[in-house]
Formats: sequence, structure tokens, C-alpha cells
Amino acid sequence: MSSKQKKNLIRIIISLILLVGNHFIRTDDPLIRFVLYMIPYFIVGYDILYKALLSIKNRESFDENFLMAVATVGAVALGEYQEGVEVMLFYQIGEWFQSYAVGRSRKNIAALMDIRPDYANLEKNGEIEQVDPDEVEVGDIIVVKVGERIPIDGIVTDGETSLNTAALTGESRPRDVREGDEVISGCINLTSLIRIRTTKEFGESTVSKVLDLIENATSNKSKSEDFISKFARYYTPIVCYCALALAIIPPLVSRYLLHGDFNFYRWIFRALTFLVISCPCALVISIPLTFFAGIGGASRAGVLIKGSNYLEALSKTKYVAFDKTGTVTLGIFEVTTIHNSGFSKEELLEYAAYAEAYSNHPIGRSIVREYGKEIDNERIRSIREIAGKGIEALIDDKKILIGNEKLMADHNITVEECHDEGTIVHLATDGSYKGHIHIGDKIKDTAEQAISDLKNNGVKKTVMLTGDEKKTAESVAAKLKIDEVFSQLLPQDKVSIVEKLLKQKDEKETLVFVGDGINDAPVIALADVGIAMGSLGSDAAIEAADVVLMDDDPIKIAKAIKISRKCMAIVYENIIFAIAVKIITLILSALGIAQMWLAIFADVGVMVIAVINAIRALGVKDL
Amino acid sequence: MFNMEDTYMKKTYKIDVDCANCANKMEEAAKKTAGVKNAVVNFMTLKMNVEFEEGADCKEVMKEVLSNCKKVESDCEIFL
Repeated sequence: MSSKQKKNLIRIIISLILLVGNHFIRTDDPLIRFVLYMIPYFIVGYDILYKALLSIKNRESFDENFLMAVATVGAVALGEYQEGVEVMLFYQIGEWFQSYAVGRSRKNIAALMDIRPDYANLEKNGEIEQVDPDEVEVGDIIVVKVGERIPIDGIVTDGETSLNTAALTGESRPRDVREGDEVISGCINLTSLIRIRTTKEFGESTVSKVLDLIENATSNKSKSEDFISKFARYYTPIVCYCALALAIIPPLVSRYLLHGDFNFYRWIFRALTFLVISCPCALVISIPLTFFAGIGGASRAGVLIKGSNYLEALSKTKYVAFDKTGTVTLGIFEVTTIHNSGFSKEELLEYAAYAEAYSNHPIGRSIVREYGKEIDNERIRSIREIAGKGIEALIDDKKILIGNEKLMADHNITVEECHDEGTIVHLATDGSYKGHIHIGDKIKDTAEQAISDLKNNGVKKTVMLTGDEKKTAESVAAKLKIDEVFSQLLPQDKVSIVEKLLKQKDEKETLVFVGDGINDAPVIALADVGIAMGSLGSDAAIEAADVVLMDDDPIKIAKAIKISRKCMAIVYENIIFAIAVKIITLILSALGIAQMWLAIFADVGVMVIAVINAIRALGVKDL
Repeated sequence: MFNMEDTYMKKTYKIDVDCANCANKMEEAAKKTAGVKNAVVNFMTLKMNVEFEEGADCKEVMKEVLSNCKKVESDCEIFL
């Protein structure tokens, strides 16, 4: 409870006690009676009266304060002191509940997303000191104990441990790190103490960036939110004028046209009931709250959504375009198959690895990595690199040739034709062909599932855009069942294809582009919703993206769409529910059927229900 | 390449306000203030993002924004 809420609660209680107390005081003096009622009236309503005066002074349009003041002053003028005080009291109780419920839910959601580290253990001259993370400079050594959150990005200099990255990636499996590994802030240290040399300032670290992003996300307002703000802007004055008309017209009509009684009081009370119902807060608060909860829930699942508008657009996803390398594939070269002739596969790989032992080429590195065993330098007699072709080496007593077809042709060695896609490295010893190794970029384990998930969630068409050669691209697309492939593209070709796709689709449909590289940034910015791979992706891509997948898992694309759909369903539920209840009770109150308690339910009750419904958007685990 | 932030002046202020509709009113009032190009009030995080016109004096403009907000919602506060 904030201090303001506490103060208001005390005001409400005191005036309630005074009001009840007045029943036991018998007095015939009209002045004393007036004073007795005016004390609780001013205690509970002075701020409303003050605001009403201000809005007259500033020539603001009718608002609920103004009308509450007019109505209660009117009741008092009619001699109905008790009703005047009661209405003011009811209104304030309603406002109080509203502020309390909203404050609570806001705090709850914020707490769930709070992964901000409070301190860092800075190591200086062998002593450990707890400092504000802002004070740690790049290159300092910090100590992270078990159970603590890594406050700043850096490199492990000492120790070996498992990290829980769930807060950032949504991945529940712990990640093992050791000396020399890069670690990001926000992860929790699970098993043993580590020392980290920081590589960034706190403000530039992952955890700060993620928090900034989530906090500012709800500032990018969605169309639904704009609709509600506009709705409220017209709705409130309209309802206020209706209430005023309800208070004045029927009694005048009844008195002068129907020659009936002049029951001003009854109509004023109806108008008041009308006013209490009218507050648009249930709508105005529950919609942004739903988006806030949806974005919060998504971030816990490792999907950062940079704005409510993108969440809304995601729910209408019909087309998804992918980049290949790094998006549906790992972006890491790996030995996929070995075709041997004359050598065993192990021998082939062993000699290839020895020949490539000193190579810095990603393909060479991948062969050494695949071999996995220690290289015995004694066995390497000589290695000579032939640029653009391969390597000539003397290993043990064997003359090894390893490289592409051109290298083999230079030495008049016939190679075996192969139809698999990917890069092929041939190997020959002492002039005779021994086989070849395929190096491919491995498809992510979840990629196939990711595409079928998209299909199951109403995506009409999936498209792959890649700079890679045709054969590789088509084989990947076929494996993943992607509908259309464009290969051998230059970055500007990607832009023009996405432009074409954007023109073809219906305006209400969303085109999503998923990519990771620097050259994807223009396309990410161009698409209705641009998604970037967070940990593999380039900074430019992440900057341009509307949605970031923290763990690079393509399956999260469908998850993000599902989260957005759930969130939008709740938004519509709340809009319809709140407006329907309001309209029905407004009619009932105009007819005199709905009493004040129902009015208060329509105001506070609807809001509380809408807020509770909004919080459902946080739950994204089972999607 | 896509960093637009550098060409505009944008600042974020902490605010305090009671109800969501009042936050909307503040947003309207801030937008109408001279020197403000755009303003967004985020009720969930109680923050106001203000984008200033080129060459505007942020401090002076914000004083004006606060007084305009006070007119529509006397209970509000902007922590300058």
C-alpha cells in the first residue's frame, strides 16, 4: 500500500465512523445537523471538490470529479445530507479499491520480471567488497558465489560451474561454463564460485539491456490501446452529459409537462449511480496491463517483444520468411558424412585432421574438431598450404593431399562424384584417392518442429531466403518442408523479395522475417515484425528487430505467435466484458433498477475481474 | 545504421499518478505542450517518455509539461 492509499483509507474509515455515529445523535438544530454531516463529507471528499474547482478554473471538459462534486453538492442543497455523504464515500471506496488492485497487480508483474542484480562482489587486492554494479569498471574482477546472479557480462577467469539461464532464455537446462568462457549477466550461478573479468559496463550488460527493453516495450502502444484511449476520451464526457440530462430533464418533464411531482432527488440519485458506473478505468487499465503481462510472460519464455504493437501484429502472422544460416541452421560448420575408399573412415578423418592441424579455415577447424583426439606434432613432417585449393602435407611417411577438386585435378587424381550438398573435401595419399569428407552447416534440432508448429498455427506460407547455393538451400528447405526457397541472394535481393511479399499479402495479415546477420538488418526492419536471433545475432540485427529470441531456438517463433494470440484473446474478452457490463448497468440505472451497490460492482468489480483476467497473460508455459 | 535515437532528443521521467485514465490525460496534456514533439505515458511502469523538438530546452519544457499535467490531473507528479 502506498502512503497515499493509506491516507485515503484512513479518510474513508474516519468518515464512515462519523457517518454511522450521526445516526445516534439526536438534534433538532438544523445548523448542528448540517455541520455534523459536513465534517465527514469534507474529510472524504475534499480532494474531489478541489479537483472539480480546478477543472472549472482551467476550463477542462467534464470529468468524473466535477460531476461527483455537482451531484453531492446538489444532494446537500436539497437537504439530503446523508445521501450526499454516502455517494461521495461510495465513490471514494471504489476509487480506493481500484488503485489498490492495480497497484498490486503492477507490482506482482514487475517483481516477476525483476532480474536486476543489486550488487557486485568486486575483488581488489585480494579483498572482496560489495559494490553497486554501476561502480564496476570494464576489466575488473568480480566474484559470483553460488546462488548469486551474475551482475555484469564478462569472461570466466577462474572456476567451473553450471549456470541457470532461465531468466534470460527460458531454457531450464543449466549451462556449463569454465575458464575462458563468456558469460552473460542475469544468469544464476548454481554449483560453485567463479571469478569473472568484466567485458562491459553494467549499463551495457545484457541484463540492463533486457530490462530496459521490457520496461519500454509497453510504450509502443498497440492499436487496441489507442482504440481504448480514444474511446475513453469520448465516452467519459458523453456519459457525464447523459448523467446531467438524467438529473435535470425527467423531473422537469414530469413537473411541467405531466404535472406530476417534482422529484429532483430521485433523479439526481439515478444520475449519480449512472456516473459511478461510467468510469472507463476497467478498460483503460486492463488492456495495457494485459499487454504488460503478455510481454512479461514472453520474456520469461526467452522471447523479448519490444512493444505491444508487435505483440498485436504477431497474433495475425500469416507469412514467415527465414534466413537460413544461423536461423534454421546452427551457423557452425560440421562434418556431416565421410565417404571412404581404400581407407577406413577413422583413418581418413585422422589424416585429414593431421593435415589441417594448423589451419585457421572454418572448414579445416571443423575436421580437427570432429577428429577430437590430441594431435601428435611429432607425426607432422611438413605442411604446405596451397591458397584456394587445399593443403599438401607429409604425415608419418605419407604424402597427403587434402582439398577441393581443383587440387586433385592438378595432381591428376580422379575424384568420386558425389550428390550430397555442402562443401566437399577430398583426400589422397601418395597419389591415390582415399575418399572425401562432407562439411555442412547442421540444421537445428528443433527447426523441423518449428516449421510444422507454424503451419499448425495458421501460417499460410513459409519462405526461405539465403545467400547460399541452390543445391544446399533446396535440400534444407525440403527437409524442413519450407514452401518456397530463394537462393544465391545478395542482401539487396532479400529486401526486394520481402518488398514483393509485403505487397502481395492482405493488409490485415502479418509478414514476419526471422534472421540473424548484419545483412538481415534491413529486411528485419522492413518486415511487419522482424525477429532476430539474440545470442548468435549481430547487434545490428537485434537493434533493428521487433522481437528477439534469446536462445536462438526457431521453435520460439510459433511460441511467440501463440503467446500473442492468447494475449489478444484476453484483450478482446476484457473489452467486450467491460463494455457489455457497463452498457447494461447504465441502462438499468437510468431505469432506476440498478442501485448504488450494483453501480459500484459495475465499476470496481468489473475492473478487478478484468485485471485478474489480464494477469492470465503471464502464464505462457503450456503454450 | 538504424539508430534513430541520436537525431532526436528523448528523455524518460519517473511519474506518479493514480489511475490509468488520468495517465492518458497527462499524456494528452504533455503532447500539447510547446517544445514537445511526442510524449508517451506508460502507466504500468509509471514512466513518461518525452521526445523534444529540436533546440528545445528540456528543463524549461518539462516545467511547462508538469504545470499542464497538474491542470488536468492535480494529483499527478513528474520527478524532474
